[in-house]
Amino acid sequence: MLEFAEVSFAYPTATAPALDGVSFSLEPGQLLVVVGANGSGKSTLARLCDGLLTPGGGRVLVDGLDTADVSLVWDIRVKVGMVFQDPDDQIVGTTVDDDCAFGPENLGLPPEEIVARVAEALTSVGMDGLERREPHLLSEGQKQRLAIAGALAMGPRYLVFDEPSAMLDPAGRRSAIAIIERLAHEQGHGVLLVSHDAADVARADRALALSGGCVVFEGAPEDLLADAALLRACGLATGSMGVLGERLRALGLAVPVGALEAESVVDALWP
Amino acid sequence: MALTLADITCEYAEGSPLSYRALESVSLSIEPGELVLLLGPTGSGKTTLLRAAAGLLPSSAGTVEVDGVRIGVRGAQRAAVGMLFQRPESQFFALSVEEDCAFGPRNLGRSDKDARADGRAALAQVGLDPSTFGPREPWTLSGGEARRAALAGVLAMRPRYLLLDEPTAGLDAVGRDSVAAVIERTRHTAGVLVVTHDPDLLIRRADRVLVMSEGRTAFSGDVPAFLAALPALTATGAAEAPEVLRTLMLAERRLGRAGATPTLDVDEAASSLARMCAEGGVPR
Amino acid sequence: MKPISGMGQYVPTDSPLHHLDAAAKIGLAAALTTALFMASGFAGLGVLAAAVAWAVASSRVPLRAVARGLGAVSFVVVFTLLANSLRWEPAVALLRIGPLAVDAAGLRTGAFFAVRILVLVVGTTLLTLTTSPVRLSGGLERVMRPLSWLRVPVGDLAMTLTIALRFIPTTAEEAERIVMAQQARGAVFDKGGPIRRARAYAPVLVPLFFQLFRRADALATAMEARCYRGTEGRTRMREERMRGVDWLVMLGLGAALVAVGWFL
Ligand SMILES: Nc1ncnc2c1ncn2[C@@H]1O[C@H](COP(=O)(O)OP(=O)(O)OP(=O)(O)O)[C@@H](O)[C@H]1O
Ligand SMILES: Nc1ncnc2c1ncn2[C@@H]1O[C@H](COP(=O)(O)OP(=O)(O)OP(=O)(O)O)[C@@H](O)[C@H]1O
Ligand SMILES: [Mg+2]
Ligand SMILES: [Mg+2]
Repeated sequence: MLEFAEVSFAYPTATAPALDGVSFSLEPGQLLVVVGANGSGKSTLARLCDGLLTPGGGRVLVDGLDTADVSLVWDIRVKVGMVFQDPDDQIVGTTVDDDCAFGPENLGLPPEEIVARVAEALTSVGMDGLERREPHLLSEGQKQRLAIAGALAMGPRYLVFDEPSAMLDPAGRRSAIAIIERLAHEQGHGVLLVSHDAADVARADRALALSGGCVVFEGAPEDLLADAALLRACGLATGSMGVLGERLRALGLAVPVGALEAESVVDALWP
Repeated sequence: MALTLADITCEYAEGSPLSYRALESVSLSIEPGELVLLLGPTGSGKTTLLRAAAGLLPSSAGTVEVDGVRIGVRGAQRAAVGMLFQRPESQFFALSVEEDCAFGPRNLGRSDKDARADGRAALAQVGLDPSTFGPREPWTLSGGEARRAALAGVLAMRPRYLLLDEPTAGLDAVGRDSVAAVIERTRHTAGVLVVTHDPDLLIRRADRVLVMSEGRTAFSGDVPAFLAALPALTATGAAEAPEVLRTLMLAERRLGRAGATPTLDVDEAASSLARMCAEGGVPR
Repeated sequence: MKPISGMGQYVPTDSPLHHLDAAAKIGLAAALTTALFMASGFAGLGVLAAAVAWAVASSRVPLRAVARGLGAVSFVVVFTLLANSLRWEPAVALLRIGPLAVDAAGLRTGAFFAVRILVLVVGTTLLTLTTSPVRLSGGLERVMRPLSWLRVPVGDLAMTLTIALRFIPTTAEEAERIVMAQQARGAVFDKGGPIRRARAYAPVLVPLFFQLFRRADALATAMEARCYRGTEGRTRMREERMRGVDWLVMLGLGAALVAVGWFL
């Protein structure tokens, strides 16, 4: 279990704390979505998960290991994989496949297994054929996919994704979220997903909403999506698909509030 | 008056074994007062096209003209074109947000005082409080704050042509709305070209749509023509319908029917869907 | 603006030289260096230069990439040539400039040293041009492995080298990016005489410096987040080993090179 207990954090140069008394927990096999307006502390929370930042107050525990304990930090990082908001901050290798192999190499896996994992990870994000490309020659969307593949190849128990699909095209975004969902629900990883997209909220098992560094909601995604005022407060909008759902419900059709994508609406209408 | 790109071909790392042709004879023209959306999948050359339009790339062939003057020749006309970079982090270079925003206006010959005032006004325009965020180091901003600050740096120049590379990526709902409002306001005086993966926000106000695919123009025309061309564009993977229309198209495909009129109107889409349900359509 | 590219940066063409094991190539580079310093006359130098030229041709690396490496050391070459060939008021001279003059013997010495540096640089640049940074550091690690008996952190040294190599394109990329960002906001780099142009680049340097520190810091964070903790217990995706061919090529060619240096 990945657990935050009354966690607070302030950047040294900042006047206000970035996080203030945040508590929640994430189980393996669960998809937790973290939402909140710009600057509400989501990326800060993500960086606290594997000890890249350590809490100023409270504790972060990964399977019982405290991230503040310097001697445990490697055990923790093996368990928690990260995909940062800015892919350039994440890419280490000089070619696509070397970058993807970097994590597994650090784990000391045998070469055949590394090769297999790299191939699988790159295929699952649709980057085949670009293995020998140098990362700085990729488009932004391609870099973001590489960042995801790099984390996947490590096969950690918990995965933290900070807006992994912000710069992907719609097809890329759907495939990214499908991969992320599969990681949680089929492969049993505990996944924390930071997102500004209401459709991602609908796919999660639980939602956590931040505002000004404080938790303003924790619970079922449907409850969050049904509360317009709360949605607005944490920077989410359901957009035209939200309106479409409302209209359909007004016409007496059974479309759930969480149906914010074409597939889910059509599935709801013709089950 | 127009920003005109004629037959642009662009190759990265030209002449080396790694060379990659990112644009292949693309043409485009945009006038002040116009809003043009630029769509296309990852890696299709959208950013490259924007860079070429801003005179930042030596194109292998073709010309870029701003109001009839070739851009790039000794820096001419570059100031008339403002470009928001896809990654805000790659747009910053000054050590404070305020400095960064004042850089453009200062290059246009405005006095230091005016330049700073322009920068602060632009920050306020994108919803960042100048006195809180002005002194901050750009790289410590959160993702969304950084994108807003980068946009302010471009707006401060008041360019005649505004090129925005995914201005809403990573923004919250309020931020998206304020970007839409900024675009709406700017287009009275400027031509605006927006690269986006989120057409829903702007397509109702757009004059034209350009779709890129593998470095070529897959479509260029007004919004109704774009909607009509969508089935073909979707089939090749060049573009995707806005989500409401995609729902409608998906429902039709499930029921094995063919094209009702493509629409962006939510009420119309809802009643079409309801009709399909009522007519007892059975999925194939 | 022309993209700025690093010197000696890997060029992934396909050639026998690319396929040769990195450690073997390092061995050959060492043999070449030894031979160059042993060679006592133009004959030996000529044969070694011909060997390097043949290697360049067979590597299929564009000559432009090789020339870029030379650009950086051309100053050293010219300086060596001048320093060795200029004499103070000699009796016989080929060319006089005031009290300074060039005489035949001086010119010969100067040319000898200059050519030696030239061949050395081309030969070693060819190593980085035909070997990807990862393979290069892997090769170095294997070559230096005996040193680990002396408790030298061989793996970490090799990783440091890989990262230094990775930062060559990063530096070029950052400089390019800052120039582009400033151009996009009206800064002008391509106007005026050489001095004015050089001056325009001054505002690029300060941010470049800061930015490189930031990138280095971000890279360190990324490496940590991906469990890098020194090379102990680390494996490699491409576990490389010297094959029979590699030994044969290295020992055969290496011996030939050293023999040329010794006898000619
Ligand atoms: N290094 C830093 N120094 C000072 N303040 C910082 C630093 N990094 C972040 N902050 C501030 O802390 C707050 C939280 O930042 P964080 O990056 O966690 O936001 P976020 O929720 O991820 O926002 P976004 O959706 O825009 O990415 C912001 O107000 C930000 O300006
Ligand atoms: N500096 C470069 N050198 C070589 N190839 C490049 C370079 N920059 C981009 N490319 C390639 O050119 C193609 C087009 O890139 P571009 O950045 O224009 O795509 P894009 O449409 O903006 O994609 P995205 O939506 O992911 O940002 C991509 O295949 C990319 O890999
Ligand atoms: Mg963030
Ligand atoms: Mg792009």
